[in-house]
Amino acid sequence: MIEVIDTERCTACDICFNVCPTNVFDKTDRIPRIARQSDCQTCFLCELYCPEDALFVSPFADTPQQLDVAALKEAAVLGSYRRAVGWTDESRHLRDADRSYRLFGH
Amino acid sequence: MTNPSSCAERLSSSAGSVVFDADVLVLGGGPAGTWAAISAAEHGARVVLADKGFCGTSGATAAAGTGVWYVDPAPERREAAMASREKLGGHLQDRRWMARVLDRTYAQSNQLADWGYPYPVDEDGKPQRNSLQGPEYMRLMRKRTKQAGVTILDHSPALELLVDGSGVVAGATGLRRQKGDRWTVNAKAVVIATGGCAFLSKTLGSNVLTGDGYLLAAEAGAEFTSMEFSNAYAISPAFGSVTKTLFYSWASFTDEQGSVIPGASSKGGRSVIARALRKGPVYAQLDEADAETQKHMRVSQPNFFLPFDRTGIDPFTQRFPITLRLEGTVRGTGGLRIVDDSCATTVPGLYAAGDAATRELICGGFTGGGSHNAAWAMSSGYWAGQGAAGFARQLGVTAGRQVIRRGTVGLRSRSGRPLQGDALAQSVQGEVFPYELNYFREAGRLGESLRRLDALWSDASVADAPDEQGLLRAREAAAMLATARWMYRSALARQESRGMHRRDDYPEQDDRYRHYVSTGGLDDVWTSARPLPSPHYAEAAE
Ligand SMILES: Cc1cc2nc3c(=O)[nH]c(=O)nc-3n(C[C@H](O)[C@H](O)[C@H](O)COP(=O)(O)OP(=O)(O)OC[C@H]3O[C@@H](n4cnc5c(N)ncnc54)[C@H](O)[C@@H]3O)c2cc1C
Ligand code: SF4
Ligand code: SF4
Repeated sequence: MIEVIDTERCTACDICFNVCPTNVFDKTDRIPRIARQSDCQTCFLCELYCPEDALFVSPFADTPQQLDVAALKEAAVLGSYRRAVGWTDESRHLRDADRSYRLFGH
Repeated sequence: MTNPSSCAERLSSSAGSVVFDADVLVLGGGPAGTWAAISAAEHGARVVLADKGFCGTSGATAAAGTGVWYVDPAPERREAAMASREKLGGHLQDRRWMARVLDRTYAQSNQLADWGYPYPVDEDGKPQRNSLQGPEYMRLMRKRTKQAGVTILDHSPALELLVDGSGVVAGATGLRRQKGDRWTVNAKAVVIATGGCAFLSKTLGSNVLTGDGYLLAAEAGAEFTSMEFSNAYAISPAFGSVTKTLFYSWASFTDEQGSVIPGASSKGGRSVIARALRKGPVYAQLDEADAETQKHMRVSQPNFFLPFDRTGIDPFTQRFPITLRLEGTVRGTGGLRIVDDSCATTVPGLYAAGDAATRELICGGFTGGGSHNAAWAMSSGYWAGQGAAGFARQLGVTAGRQVIRRGTVGLRSRSGRPLQGDALAQSVQGEVFPYELNYFREAGRLGESLRRLDALWSDASVADAPDEQGLLRAREAAAMLATARWMYRSALARQESRGMHRRDDYPEQDDRYRHYVSTGGLDDVWTSARPLPSPHYAEAAE
């Protein structure tokens, strides 16, 4: 489930509020609020769309977690999905790296 | 560029609602809905697309990505592609439909390449077009939908259909949940592309898929088919949501003590896993993937690895607990019955595409790992959009026609208690999640479950409408409930095991059941047998 909005990085662009398919966030005057965490379907898409790498979705789909934001930043985990699919400037070459065709038919 | 007169018109309306006038309304903005919207616009219609979530991130494809049934048009390739799946599907497919889906999918995939989808190129310099990255694909589809002049309503779940005095579909109305008001679209034709029903099981990207479109359509009188093929369960880490079963074909499965579970596998041995899970935890480890395969896996499906990387598990060298999450009709094959080549349903003006429509025509009684779903979403979306645009054109001027709202359960003021969506959804899950009810079916257990589901329906149908806050969940829960009843009544009617439908009391495939099962109805659910459309083709395949 979504666990973290890093207040230092977030620029209150509201992209996460717009793109979350299950409407987990609420808009505020400042940064969005995780308003309905139990509706989170753990799809990782808000994190993928956040331009500031300010979000972290924990892989635990059914139970909330306590997380240390500083440690996550330290480990460069924030934004790791975005980098892996090639949605950052440095990782654009990964956009056509799909090798699924080598894996089908197994 | 977009010509303003080709856009749907926003009409002035009373406070608390927004009204549009369109030729075609598409409900759902996954691959099927976006292809339908683009196709309807290309065929001259003014189109509105309403999605429950955000068109581009919502639905099963956006989160997961899909293999696509993209096959070179060489006749022998085609023949092999069609023949290879007929046994799995229980010989319920229709070769004519398979062939036209292969043609359409080939054309649409190549269209995606022209639009700039970054398909990979193999070692021989040949583009590979049988797989799509979900976020990338659906971001592109949103862009193309907008460029086609379609008006997109995000976070705008449809609640009910509108029909005219003679029962022809005339639009729909729903919520704008982030704006706190309602939308109404008056349209001459409607495409249902709201996906399947995964019963809020948190299977990847599927919690928006609660069967809403089925319920809406049934309220307008539509019929379903193949709803017994609805018991798809997918493997995921026990704690997580990433239900990607393909990679588990490199896995070994063990019990608590670390002993290999005989017969357990992702293909053909998932029922063994289900039985083992009833006794205790089951573990998997992807120990059959060599270094080269591991590398391909990582770059192909980055989201598969998120649950592992973020919990410090190396899935190739360490075992981890797994579970089976219900994917229901998302990776089943049942849905709205298609009556002609334009993907029309049994209700005039109502079209269906993608998982909301039956996939029996190309999958028979089994899908999953077959890439057929993605191919069907593209093709049926294209045809439904074209069909709806044609219907709208034929209908001509409809100004001033009287429309009726067709919604029932959860929408009207009654004297009873308001419908409790969360509680109802949980009760339905209690009937469809358990493997002993849904995976391994048997007349006695199905019958008892149906009695409980029917009782829930009696209560729900007389309940009062909840307030705005609870309305969407209440309609979702009602749709899940209706879906479960169509599923189990159809499952009772098919007294054999075929495709993914397995009956403990009838373990064999039985030739007397080589037909389709239609179903429908709300207060009274009915089923009936329907012959295969072209026995000639199916026979040839045996
Ligand atoms: C983990 C996973 C992996 C998969 N892998 C493959 C694969 O490899 N190959 C394959 O062929 N298939 C695969 N599938 C199936 C495939 O994803 C679906 O068949 C495909 O997404 C269907 O497209 P669709 O447009 O019909 O539905 P979806 O993509 O599910 O979209 C439905 C849309 O309807 C919207 N909606 C729902 N209710 C309403 C409402 N009331 N009002 C308005 N909008 C509404 C939703 O928000 C959503 O955007 C997979 C599915 C899953 C879950
Ligand atoms: S998308 Fe990222 S930067 Fe934008 S509001 Fe959300 S958390 Fe903040
Ligand atoms: S992970 Fe998905 S469901 Fe959860 S908050 Fe992010 S976008 Fe929403």
